[in-house]
Amino acid sequence: MSSLSVILLTGALVAAACALLGSFVLVRKMAMMTDAISHAILPGIVAAYFLAKGPNLIAGFVGAAAAGLLTVAFVEALQRSRKVTKEAAIGIVFPALFALGVLITSRFFADVHLDADAVLYGSIELAAEDLLLVGDRSLGPQALWVMGGLLLVDLAFVLLLYKELKLATFDPALAASLGFPPVWLHYALMAMVSVTAVGGFTAVGAVLVVALFIVPPATAFLLTDRLPRLIALSVLLGVGGAIAGTLAAFALDTSVAGAIASVTGLIFGLALLFSPTQGLLRRAWRLAAQLPRLP
Amino acid sequence: MTPALEVRDLTVVYRDAPALDRATLAVPAGTLAAIVGPNGAGKSTLLKAVQDLVPRVNGEVRVFGVPYRQARLRVGYVPQRTAVDWDFPTDVLDVVLMGTYGRLGWLRRPGRAERETALSALELVGMRDLAHRQIGQLSGGQQQRVFLARALAQQAELYLMDEPFAGVDAATERAIVDVLRGLRAAGKTVVCVHHDLESVPDYFDWVALLNVRVIASGWVSEVFTPDRLAETYGGRLGLLTRIGMA
Amino acid sequence: MDLLGLLTDYTLRNVLLGAALLGVVSGVLGTFAVLRGQGLLGDALAHAALPGICLAFLLTGSKAMPVLLLGAGVAAWLGALLLLWIVRQTRLAQDAALGIVLAVFFEFGLTLLTVANRRPDATQAGLDRYLFGQAATLVGENVIVMAVLAAIALLATAAVYKELKLLAFDPDFGSSLGFGVGPLSVALTTLITVAILIGLQTVGVVLMAAMLIGPAAAARQWTNRLSTMIALSAAFGAAAGVVGALISASASRIPTGPMIVLALTVIVVGSILFAPARGVLPEWWRTRRAAPETPA
Repeated sequence: MSSLSVILLTGALVAAACALLGSFVLVRKMAMMTDAISHAILPGIVAAYFLAKGPNLIAGFVGAAAAGLLTVAFVEALQRSRKVTKEAAIGIVFPALFALGVLITSRFFADVHLDADAVLYGSIELAAEDLLLVGDRSLGPQALWVMGGLLLVDLAFVLLLYKELKLATFDPALAASLGFPPVWLHYALMAMVSVTAVGGFTAVGAVLVVALFIVPPATAFLLTDRLPRLIALSVLLGVGGAIAGTLAAFALDTSVAGAIASVTGLIFGLALLFSPTQGLLRRAWRLAAQLPRLP
Repeated sequence: MTPALEVRDLTVVYRDAPALDRATLAVPAGTLAAIVGPNGAGKSTLLKAVQDLVPRVNGEVRVFGVPYRQARLRVGYVPQRTAVDWDFPTDVLDVVLMGTYGRLGWLRRPGRAERETALSALELVGMRDLAHRQIGQLSGGQQQRVFLARALAQQAELYLMDEPFAGVDAATERAIVDVLRGLRAAGKTVVCVHHDLESVPDYFDWVALLNVRVIASGWVSEVFTPDRLAETYGGRLGLLTRIGMA
Repeated sequence: MDLLGLLTDYTLRNVLLGAALLGVVSGVLGTFAVLRGQGLLGDALAHAALPGICLAFLLTGSKAMPVLLLGAGVAAWLGALLLLWIVRQTRLAQDAALGIVLAVFFEFGLTLLTVANRRPDATQAGLDRYLFGQAATLVGENVIVMAVLAAIALLATAAVYKELKLLAFDPDFGSSLGFGVGPLSVALTTLITVAILIGLQTVGVVLMAAMLIGPAAAARQWTNRLSTMIALSAAFGAAAGVVGALISASASRIPTGPMIVLALTVIVVGSILFAPARGVLPEWWRTRRAAPETPA
């Protein structure tokens, strides 16, 4: 496979996985939790690196998921204490964990390629060069295996728990009385976000992961009212943005992650203006047309 | 005589649906007036639109005969108690002092005179003893009295109050009624969004029945009739058919 | 190096001053942001500054601090306006709008940074240090720029203190008095942007959220008065800045920004647990004592 097609496929897989979960995150009004988690998993990865005495894929995922859940638990605990608001809780927890991760990295692993800017920027450009090796045999680019696997897990999660997630989002009390504890589902969703974020951020960087979690679902939210359509449209927009962004980055010789997010941002801007139901132009026009004819 | 509050063709649209449709009414000066109607009828929206707090699509508002912006200092406002965070780090006196900010204008700080104004407003609602209490420690009725005192500190001539009786104890309700009657005796005008239909004839002189449109408005003795109320509260079906026909 | 040696060291003095200035300004403005429920605004705006830094460099070719900070400020400010506008005009919630501005602006800045780094006169360090905070590289000139920004921000805040209090407590009432929510929001956002400009070089993009939220959250636990809360918040911010910078200077390979944030976290957690009036433990102790004795 050519380097470009590996990058294209990696970007598309990350985008699809993020959009799938991001749709639920958005309707649950938890968008900034993805920002918190995608930064706060750093100490988890560092701890895994430390315990496994080197880079280890599985340990990395376990560490990241643990750090992600710890973030959620800390935020919930702070919020429940009623001493601070939810967003203040988020703003207290994730910088602390990120700072801890950076501190440990620079104190003990100064020579290792695990620094803060690599975490923020990612390195999707190198996706084709990092191969998954079993013994001496290469199975192809590791990023493809990881993200393909994550996408399948996320898809299974959403398909299996669709009804429960939907109920827990719109009517937590009813969900609880029917035996689906919303807290349990909340943690499950956040665990999936953490695992997907770690897969995504080694490939495309923490901030692009946030963009892919939030922007395509937000765009879809401007275009449709129904949850199934919202999810499908998010995935479509995310994947489309990833492909168009990658191609644009190659044409302009610039950062792939940056271009992908810029393209999804551009699509969001277009939806903001031209959405047939929510678009600003449409609303202005309808308002102007409706006024003289109000009953 | 010039009405205290005159609203003509006031239209407000929230996300495509009209919240207030060409509302027109004129509240005579020196009265206690109620605005009643079902949930979602646009009662709070009316008070907010009058004060430019929500964008209006159309319409005109005059206060004592002049446009609202020129009469802003003559209008006092009691928002819904639930609109603010009562865990905010401040005390009762400080909140009531906010009522004097309008006359102070930009940049000037409240001084001794403003403190006196605020303290006597607290006296009127029976809360002077609690002037230095943290607002998070107040009961619902006390919170409502603080908001009322803040409006009194505005030293206005027209008072707009959003559900001043919502969720308060009986003692507070009586105290508020006394304050309102005192205001009327001093020649002031009060317009209240009100929920409890039963108390309307006791507390108010004038009433507007609102359900997105003004169904009727006038003296309580003339307008507050069973068929008008039925039209206001059960009239949704009729309204929908009319929209469908337009 | 002994403590006196540390304090007379030129580099360290700059770092300490920079960190303390940041702590004070972000402590003061963070109080209003947190009380308004906009604590994470700082997080989004710090990220949104990146394209401005890159564009300023690409347009002028200069790496002078005032030029780059001006670019950063303009970009962050535009990001803030876009954010306020999205929240007002669409049905998207504030947190979604924050995430969109944060991620899209930052990544767009990344594409510009890649372009900027291709220029022969660009060494990466020049632009990057505005992102990840390299307090150790602060020179006297930087500290002067930061001090001027801090003075402007604090004076402006003092001037509109009464109006900002209204905005934070009851914006509708303030608006009915003639203090419009729109102009005041823009003013507060502009001041927060100034705090971010001071913070970018000291703690960096990611940790700026903590500098705006942490001191205010800690201060809230100790007092029920806004003026006291602001003073305490400034003090906590400055203390975290100074302690973090000192620890970072006293041992090798301890980055300043993360150390400041960790020092701040200790203050926050300590306040939430132990503050006499609102702390978790004193509260628990009072409830326990108030509860009737239950026979064992």
